Amino acid sequence: MDESDAENVPLSILIADDSDSDRLILKALLKRLGHQVLDAANGHEAVLHFQAGAPDIVLLDALMPSMDGMEAARQIKRLAGERFVPVIFVTSLSEPEDLAGCLEAGGDGFLSKPYNRLMIKAKINAFNRMRLMHQALSHQRDLTHERNRQLLEEQHVARRVFDNVAHTGCLDAANIRYHASPLSIFSGDVLFASPRPAGGMLVFAGDFTGHGLPAAIGAMPIAESFYGMASKGFDGSDILREINQKLVRILPKDMFCCGVMVEVDFAYNQLNIWNGGLPDMWLIRSTMERSALPSRHLPLGILSADQFNAEMQAVRSRPGDRLLLMTDGVLECANGEGQLFGERGVRHAIESTCPDNHPFDVLMGAIKQFIGQQKFGDDLTLCCVEMVEEAGQTTLTEEIGLSTLAGPSQWHCDYEIRENTLGEFNPLPLLLHICMEVPGLRRKSGEIYTLLSELYNNALEHGVLRLPSDWKYTPDGFGRYYSERSERLNRVSGHYIRFSLQHDPRPSGGRLRVVCEDSGQGFDFHSHPVLQSTDMAQSGPRYGGRGLALLMRLAESIRFHGKGNRVEVVYDWFY
Amino acid sequence: MPIQTRRSHDGQCLIIEIEGRFDFSTHQAFRDAYEHSGADVSNYIVDLSEATYLDSSALGMLLLLRDHAGGDNAKVAIENCNNDVRKILTISNFEQLFTIR
Repeated sequence: MDESDAENVPLSILIADDSDSDRLILKALLKRLGHQVLDAANGHEAVLHFQAGAPDIVLLDALMPSMDGMEAARQIKRLAGERFVPVIFVTSLSEPEDLAGCLEAGGDGFLSKPYNRLMIKAKINAFNRMRLMHQALSHQRDLTHERNRQLLEEQHVARRVFDNVAHTGCLDAANIRYHASPLSIFSGDVLFASPRPAGGMLVFAGDFTGHGLPAAIGAMPIAESFYGMASKGFDGSDILREINQKLVRILPKDMFCCGVMVEVDFAYNQLNIWNGGLPDMWLIRSTMERSALPSRHLPLGILSADQFNAEMQAVRSRPGDRLLLMTDGVLECANGEGQLFGERGVRHAIESTCPDNHPFDVLMGAIKQFIGQQKFGDDLTLCCVEMVEEAGQTTLTEEIGLSTLAGPSQWHCDYEIRENTLGEFNPLPLLLHICMEVPGLRRKSGEIYTLLSELYNNALEHGVLRLPSDWKYTPDGFGRYYSERSERLNRVSGHYIRFSLQHDPRPSGGRLRVVCEDSGQGFDFHSHPVLQSTDMAQSGPRYGGRGLALLMRLAESIRFHGKGNRVEVVYDWFY
Repeated sequence: MPIQTRRSHDGQCLIIEIEGRFDFSTHQAFRDAYEHSGADVSNYIVDLSEATYLDSSALGMLLLLRDHAGGDNAKVAIENCNNDVRKILTISNFEQLFTIR
């Protein structure tokens, strides 16, 4: 509103003066300026008029009987509350003490007697401008408060939706400890964990550039891909590739997601890790040997699919080993002086861990001690995964009822992958999917996935790639095994792996026959120790033997054909 | 002004110098620095000798510059990083996308 507008709008003005003549003159003056006037002969009356008439501006004589102007000003200001009602003292007083007293009582200014028409007009206009500015500011403040409240409420609802998609999976498993941002806040950090169909688990931690809704919108498809694919048996690399591709497509160029993916394999005591842009992970072995696992890749959502490298690093581990993963928020914790916890803080805490203390507690304790009275940042995520004996790990029971839909129960299917596809494609989720179409078989998905993956991995690693399993016994050989594996996957020309699946219904269940044949040289199955012995325990820690022992435990029968490059497994199941 | 630009002698290289904190507050200034640089610029140098700090939104801005400069064919060098800045670029493996020296 500009000045001329402000001057033309009629105001409601309360005047209080015990002199009848002065009051009449002032009233006439204000009316001639176009304002409405309420008049009172003393402070008491003025307060009553103020309550009844809610005027815009108040002109008070300082000295009045019954209640003087100071007391009236105090009461009027109290009644006005948050509303700014200018109170102007009309007075012949001139002593600084008296004038200061008027201001302390709540007065906003003075008009001196005798009245001057020009001065009154200018004063009223000046205070009206102030009043309007105050009104506009209060209005904007209220609006901001309201918007903020709405925003928080929307975030809260959005967070609930997000939590339903990005449910915490198996983060509450006994071998996982974590700290994540509190609910109702989108920090840009995500933490997911999912059991795998054949046992073991997948853990993903991510940190989006930016905060709030944009980060949450990017996080949603990641959660869906992660949980959807993990439960279908895809491995960490597959999921990373999918997530990367999705993020490249949906995120603006300057947004990306730093992340780590961890495949935890309890059966084979192995961790497969991928770190793209998050701080070093730390592996703290039960022997207290500690090693940092730094980021080796670009964050997710930057590189196109053909440039993206999802290869995971295999780390041999034992029950009792613990892997710590964290987001930037840990390093960026600041103390009162603005110093950062940093990599040094993390390293120092990790180095101070001892067998009696859980590294998660040690690190959290060190952070709390460092930041002192400061609050935790919203984007602090810390997670610790412990390797445990497979037997101690309860596999999550699938709460899936019998499907009422009829599905195929009598079928046969041949599926062969060959040449370079062997190095690029994991056929297990597809094969599992075919088997899961059989009504009732979904509840056995874990066992079937184990069967298929044991057969496939044996065929690929020992058959096609001819990797000797005894390399895995020693720490050096373990690294060599995996570097050779990725090396040899580039040289699979002329090779194939063929699956032949057949399912037949049987009373209260069915029989799945799986034949897996590879183009490798086979092996001397007649003298294999596991196949010779009825006592599984004799297979000892041999990895190759372990896989075979697992198959023998799950399957009704297992037979080798040809030169050992063709395996036939019969699996009977019951509702 | 925390961001200064100048041209190399032959005019083909745009040098963007960043002073102080390279974070979201410099977003607009950084974009302006290269978006109005003209069509004859063929390569870019981001000089971080006076930069004290770099956050993830700065990494995002560098990606925007790379995209502007031609994506995979972009010639963008990041020069004179202090140790802290270098560390952040290393964790994110940005040396795969930029020449860092």
